[in-house]
Amino acid sequence: MSQAIGQLVAAPFVVPVLTAGVMLALGDRRHARACRALSLAGCVLLVLCAVLLLGWSSGGEPAVYAMGNWPAPFGIVFVLDRLSALMLATTAVLGLACAWYSLGGWDERGRHFHALLHLQFAGLNGAFLTGDLFNLFVCFELLLIASYGLMLHGGGQGRQRATLHYVVYNLVASSVFLIAAGVLYGATGTLNLADLAIEVAAAPEADRALLRGAGLLLAVVFAVKAAVLPLSFWLQAGYENASPPVACLFAVMTKLGVYALLRVFTVVFGEQAGVAAGLALPWLLPAGVCTLVFATLGTAAARSLGALAAQLVAASAGTLLIAVGTFTDAGIGAALFYLVHASIAGGLLFLVAGEIAADRGASGHRLEPGARVTAPWIAPVFLFAALASSGLPPLSGFLAKLAVLQGVLDARGATIAWIAILAGTLVFVVSLARAGSILFWRPGRRGGGDDRPVGDCIAVHGRRGPIGLLCACVVLLTIGAGPVARFTDEAARQALDVEAYVSAVIQPPEEETPPGLLLDGDRLRTRQRGPAVESHEVAL
Amino acid sequence: MELLVASGIGVLTAAGVYLLLRASTFPVMLGLTLISYAVNVFLFSMGRLAIGMPPLLREGGDLYADPLPQALVLTAIVISFAMTALVLALAVSLHAGSGSDHVDGPPPGGQP
Repeated sequence: MSQAIGQLVAAPFVVPVLTAGVMLALGDRRHARACRALSLAGCVLLVLCAVLLLGWSSGGEPAVYAMGNWPAPFGIVFVLDRLSALMLATTAVLGLACAWYSLGGWDERGRHFHALLHLQFAGLNGAFLTGDLFNLFVCFELLLIASYGLMLHGGGQGRQRATLHYVVYNLVASSVFLIAAGVLYGATGTLNLADLAIEVAAAPEADRALLRGAGLLLAVVFAVKAAVLPLSFWLQAGYENASPPVACLFAVMTKLGVYALLRVFTVVFGEQAGVAAGLALPWLLPAGVCTLVFATLGTAAARSLGALAAQLVAASAGTLLIAVGTFTDAGIGAALFYLVHASIAGGLLFLVAGEIAADRGASGHRLEPGARVTAPWIAPVFLFAALASSGLPPLSGFLAKLAVLQGVLDARGATIAWIAILAGTLVFVVSLARAGSILFWRPGRRGGGDDRPVGDCIAVHGRRGPIGLLCACVVLLTIGAGPVARFTDEAARQALDVEAYVSAVIQPPEEETPPGLLLDGDRLRTRQRGPAVESHEVAL
Repeated sequence: MELLVASGIGVLTAAGVYLLLRASTFPVMLGLTLISYAVNVFLFSMGRLAIGMPPLLREGGDLYADPLPQALVLTAIVISFAMTALVLALAVSLHAGSGSDHVDGPPPGGQP
């Protein structure tokens, strides 16, 4: 591995932080044009980085970047494998679409839109790359803080109300995250994921309850992010009220929860984990089915296109959980393919909803007869987005759902999963068809609804380029389904290969390290577990 | 000391959860603050409780205060402080806009 490309692993985190910093220093009022150019350039750079890393990760071994060159259990590491690279690429594409679309005028509806956007990228990319549990918490907070600002972007009571719920919900989730991380640290003396894998696998029987409890608390936190059923009620109001470019980017945020579940519950609490083995196995598939069914009902009940798109995002999270919950090569491989497709299709639908809202004026994207959609190009694009997000042939949604159905075939509860996914698809088709017929075929007659536009302010048009970009991505994903599916299968195999992950991260100490700097990990740990065990029993 | 710290964390959390479930924004915010205090003390105690020990490994000395949870707590304090400020700003702005401090806003048609 050459030194230069080794440094590149940190680039998806470092570049947006720098970009955001420069934009904040410039100020978006005085240097609006410079900020826009910088933001777009930063997004293009992220896409290029992601493509490079994607190509590089397909080489095989996970690449590790140690911050400040501190060796793994002590310093913070970034780990790049196929799974991380795939998530980075998906985020980069959606991010570019979001920034580009906002140039139409959305970014002027509030302060510091582009800076917040890039902080959000930094948080997302950091969370996808990090190999450290506490660093994962910090990245979560970074992206959440940015997402609060973005969700508020544009102002208005509806947005503020939805954001308040979202903030409080996520603050509680963060507290639970800290408790889980604290318990894991207290029981094992480490927070590095690879080191945790070793420690948890070797943990004594006495720590069973502690470790399993901490693991399930983590599952709860990630379930909040992924909008799994009993923890998903923040999603609809937040996504429906957010401005379209922000909602487009948020389509990838629920996928972060799924990613974190996948990463932590394979590496730390996977099959090899001794007393905590297979911790999430009994939960994910039922939770996924419940989420999917509930979101399916939600699509049928949606009263605006934004709400419909939000419920489709929740439904895709449910489908992903079903496939990830198998913890097999086939299931996870299918899930990753579906993840890429669902993020892009979800983002596309939010952008189309934004265009429809801007075109209809006061009626917004509410599903009631109102102003006619005048621009002739919107209807075919809506049809395209609807086909893609409901999972009908000939687009990649169909292929992805097919792969998921095949992937869960051997799992327990496969019958229920099949019924939920297939019935869900039918309801999506009906809901989207209903939405389309109201929006495009029943103009003029206004129902009893109020004139207040969704989100308290009239929508503006965005750029059309990113809509074309996302459509092109869906088409590419359809044509190139073979290679993409091969890549996601490889990614799944790599994600389940915990030994390779651990041995890539935890390297034997090198001899040239000065003895004064080298802490002896085992000594540290035995000391920690040694003297105060009784007191930790009491303190818990 | 273990009993004191443990029950302190428990009481703080219980009070925080109770306040969090109230319907006005101000108690909710206080509840969040109490929960974050409880979490900070909890994190702190996860490095084991040690009195008068240096946060350093020394030759010959077997006892030390674990410095890592202290660093974690520092990060957590900064984040929760900023978040509390944000929730407060949001709550004030919502109250100014709608005249009600109910978390779901004024009921439609009813008295705020």
